[in-house]
Parts: sequence; C-alpha cells; structure tokens
Amino acid sequence: MNAPLPRDWDTLRQSRGRRLERAASLGLAGKNGKEIPVDRIIDLLEAVIQPGDRVCLEGNNQKQADFLSESLADCSPERINHLSLVQSVLALPSHVDLFERGLANRLDFSFSGPQGARLAKLVQEQRIEIGAIHTYLELFGRYFLDLTPNVALIAAQAADAEGNLYLGPNTEDTPAIVEATAFKGGIVIAQVNERLEKLPRVDVPADWVDFTVLAPKPNYIEPLFTRDPAQITEVQVLMAMMAIKGIYAEYGVTRLNHGIGFDTAAIELLLPTYAADLGLKGKICTHWALNPHPTLIPAIEAGFVESVHCFGSEVGMDAYISARSDIFFTGADGSMRSNRAFSQTAGLYACDMFIGSTLQMDMAGNSSTATLGRITGFGGAPNMGSDPHGRRHASPAWLKAGREAYGPNAIRGRKLVVQMVETFREHMAPVFVEELDAWKLQKSMGAELPPIMIYGDDVSHIVTEEGIANLLLCRSPEEREQAIRGVAGFTPVGMARDKAMVENLRDRGIIRRPEDLGIDPRLATRDLLAARSVKDLVRWSGGLYAPPSRFRNW
Amino acid sequence: METLDFRFDSAPVSRAANPALCGVVGSGNLEILVKAGDAATICQISIKTSARGFGETWRAVLGSFAAAHAAGGTAIAINDMGATPAVVSLRLAQALAEYQGGGQ
Repeated sequence: MNAPLPRDWDTLRQSRGRRLERAASLGLAGKNGKEIPVDRIIDLLEAVIQPGDRVCLEGNNQKQADFLSESLADCSPERINHLSLVQSVLALPSHVDLFERGLANRLDFSFSGPQGARLAKLVQEQRIEIGAIHTYLELFGRYFLDLTPNVALIAAQAADAEGNLYLGPNTEDTPAIVEATAFKGGIVIAQVNERLEKLPRVDVPADWVDFTVLAPKPNYIEPLFTRDPAQITEVQVLMAMMAIKGIYAEYGVTRLNHGIGFDTAAIELLLPTYAADLGLKGKICTHWALNPHPTLIPAIEAGFVESVHCFGSEVGMDAYISARSDIFFTGADGSMRSNRAFSQTAGLYACDMFIGSTLQMDMAGNSSTATLGRITGFGGAPNMGSDPHGRRHASPAWLKAGREAYGPNAIRGRKLVVQMVETFREHMAPVFVEELDAWKLQKSMGAELPPIMIYGDDVSHIVTEEGIANLLLCRSPEEREQAIRGVAGFTPVGMARDKAMVENLRDRGIIRRPEDLGIDPRLATRDLLAARSVKDLVRWSGGLYAPPSRFRNW
Repeated sequence: METLDFRFDSAPVSRAANPALCGVVGSGNLEILVKAGDAATICQISIKTSARGFGETWRAVLGSFAAAHAAGGTAIAINDMGATPAVVSLRLAQALAEYQGGGQ
C-alpha cells in the first residue's frame, strides 16, 4: 500500500494567521471593536490581501461597500494583483477601476447595470476574464463550493465596541458572503456608517468579523425600485388590465414576484381599483417575494397584501415598513431584516408566478436584456423566472398551469413565468426579433453560452398590447412560434405571422385579444391607477413614505 | 419631419358628432384630430411625424385600424412625436369613439 502523501490540513488557517500577523505588525491589531483608523485602510488592505485572492467586494443590488471599493482601487497594483472578484453586483465605477488599474483580472458576477458598457470594453481589450454571469442563488451557492472568498469587504450600518454588526434594513447579500468567508479561513472587513454602544440588533456576531472601519460617509444605496406613477402610460394600464383579468384571476395567483419595471408597477396600482372591482381582493396577490416597492403601498393599504419578504430595502420606505410589521419581516427592534438569498429561494420555489419585462424576445420565447456593447447581467429574473422542477408542494395556480402544459394526468405542476412587454420600445426598437443580440454578444465575449435572461421553455405567457399568448397550451414548436408572432404586433416578426394559424390559435384560446377578455382598450386610462404621482403614494402611506428628493416635484 | 398621406377603404362611420381631438404632442405620444371626410367609404389619414422612415409601419397600423373599425367618411390628421404602434392604435380608437359622440 502506498503511504498517504504528507500534507498540512490547515493551510487556510495558517494563511489567515499570517495575514493577521502582517496587519498586527503594522499596528493594525483591530482592538476596540476591531476598529481600524480610516486613514490606515490602504495599509490594512495591502497587508491582508494577497495576489491571486478571491475577493468579494460587497456590491449588492442596492447597498454598496463603496468606501472599501474605492480604497481597494487605490492600493498598489504591485502589491495586489490578479484578484478574482466574486460578487453579485458590479455597479460602482470603482469596481471597474480595479480592472483598469491592473489589480483584478477575473470576474464572476450576476449584474452590472450601469457599468455594462465599460465591462464590455474591458472584455474586448482582453483585460478582464469573465467566469460566468450567474443567477444570484447560483453565485451564492458557489460561495460554498468552488468560489469561496479569501477576503470579504462588506458594508454594515453600525458596529459596537466588540465588533458585532447591525446591517439595517438592507441586509441583502451580507449573511451569505460573511458565512462563506468567515468559516473557510477567510478575512472579513466591514465598513460601518456609525459606531454605537448598543446595537438595535446583532445581524453578524463579532467573532465572524476581523476588522471594522468607520467610513467617511454612509454607504451608498441606490433607489432601484422606485417607479414614479406619473410615468405609467395608458398602454401599460391596458396590459395590466389584461394580465390581472387573463392570468392573475384565472389561475388564482396568490404567491408571486414582480419585476421592477413600469409594466408591473401598473399592475400594483390597479389592485385597489380594477382588481378590487373584479372582486379579486383576498383571491390574488396575497403573499410576495418583493422589494418594498413604493407602488405596492396602495395595495397594502387597501388590504390586498398579507405578507412581503424582501431581498433588500428601498430608500424612503423604512418608516412605512416599521409601521407595517404584520406585512414585512421586521426585528424586535422594529427595523426590517431583508435577505437576498432567502427571498430568492422563496421566489424560485415558493412563488407560483414571476412576471417581468425584457428588452428582446426571440421566436422560441428566449428573452434577454443584454444588448450589443453592454454586458449587464440580469439580477433576480433568471432565478424567479424559471420553473423549478424539484418543487413538490401543490397550489391551485401551479396545478392548473401544470395540467395545461402536461395534460390532465400531470404528476407535477408548473410555475407561471410571464413576460410583459409593449411590442416596441422607445425609438421604435422592436422587442420581438428573429435573433437576440445575445448571440452576437456571446461571440464578442468569447463566452460559452449566449447571455439569455429567461429561457423560452420556462415562459408560460406573453402579454403585449395586442393580447396574451398562453405558451403552455401550444403543442408544437410551430404553434409556439405563431403564438409569439400573434402577439408581436406590428414588429417585422409580428407582421410575418401566419394569419390563418394565428386565428386558429385564437379560436383555441391560446391567443386572447383584449375583446376576448371582455376588455375595452378605450377604458384603459390613467384614471384607473390608485396613485398617479409619487405624492399620491406619500398620501396613501399616511405620510410614512419619504421619497428621495429626485422623486419629489412638490 | 416627414409627411405621410393614406386612404383606406372602411365601412361608413355609424354616426358623426363634432370634430374630436385626442392626445397630446409630447415625446412618445401623438395628437389626433378626427373630422368629416369627403367620401363615405374612405378613411383618409394624413400624418406629420418627427420619426422618419416608418411609412410601411404606419400603413400596417392604420390599415389594421381602418379594417377593424367603421371609420369611413372621416378625415384624420395626426401630429406624431414618435408614438409606438400600441399608442397610435389606442389613441385612434379613443379619437373615433369621441368623434361618434359616445366618448367611451
């Protein structure tokens, strides 16, 4: 028998020890709440981060560890280089600076939003290697398998004298990041907005945290989910009426997630008016995996909503949430606790429906928000907009959809995955296309797969101003294609429809026009919206909602 | 700026009240004026649009409107600021209803 090769079994712990010793030798021992003076942050980062490390620079959908990100970008590329970033969102200019300044060269992420164009340019210049664009849950999953961070740089609201952290309403990704890092020999550094003697609650225990630094200004939070009702159009009202009557009511959808666009904001604002008139209160939209959308306030106040679990918070909503603790998940201290990993899990497995929008859809129903010259990723849509085949528990909506898709003897149900789009975007860009830009983007990225947001075989319904296509009832790829063309309006692919086949699909109820649903498009006016301005939302909230100044025009 | 003129066959409008004005000239929107035309089975439409090069799309959208509605005997003037076909179709339906005196 061969003797086992001798090896050390605690190299991660040894490496961690050496990093902490380097910091201590510079006088950065992290005494008093593991506190590091703000002007020593670069010394600390250069002491504990090594070339080739995997680093999670907490970039959430909303909350950003912006001070730590800017500080890392200011470190010497001679000392720190070949970093591999593993983080859900790459939203800040300083995130991209890390690649431009030669500190990092590899990225695994989910969403890049505003930095999408700079990212595409770096890929073309071969200065960045993209591992993959993940769903959130997929990336969090990999934190616990093959992408565990060596160092996590996170953002917290407050630290106490021992180094316990309070995360505030924007908990977001922090628990997943810290758990993976702290329990696999990694280093956790937190920027905090304030130091308190007593925290409102402890979200991260002190012994999972190595260093804290008081940031010069509070961490940045993007108001990503605020949609001004004043911008909702009559076409969006029409599509919302169709969705409510033709999908929500027919399937009895009680557990759901909404995308963040104006299309779904219109639905939220029609619940207390149009949906209530249809007698749907208590029958639809009771349980949500959703950020605290201000446009949901009227539906909450009207008694439609029983529960909302949130991925993150939203600027200006904190006081309202605290005052509605029956609806939102809040701590004994009164403030909300969000959690992206758990809410995404709810969105994947516990929701009966996802409804959202896209920029492009092809004739197989594949959709993508990736367009040429921009690598943006997809946020929460790919998790929630997919039918989880492992689901076991039944609900009326899930069973009805399953029977439509697989026949009356189906042994499983089906999630409703609804794409809601006006057939043309602004500047007459058609949403329905023969080929997604994602395929060209794949070539320019050198990626193994095109960046598709929602796979066509997961989509159950498409809602446009022309009607609803129920893809569950299609029995062949040809029927599916004509069902999509049949609601694609006056786009080139819509005009190329087989008219006889589309009329046949309409006779079978696979395509339904507004008149088939008993909806007169001329009644689709903004008067149906429960709130027509941000000020209306404030009024509905009893003055508890405090919108950011850019949404105030009074 | 582009000017387009179309004439479509359409069933005679059931009743005509006063000329009707619908919509606003704002970005992504349009203004529609419906008044009496000169031939009972023709819907005559003239368009001033800020978006050039969409003549065939206009023809398809308006042709579909004239086929789906009884709009013969009308002359329709449109001032467009880049409205999508969805908005155009909705506004036309609203404007025709108003022209017939029924509002909604």
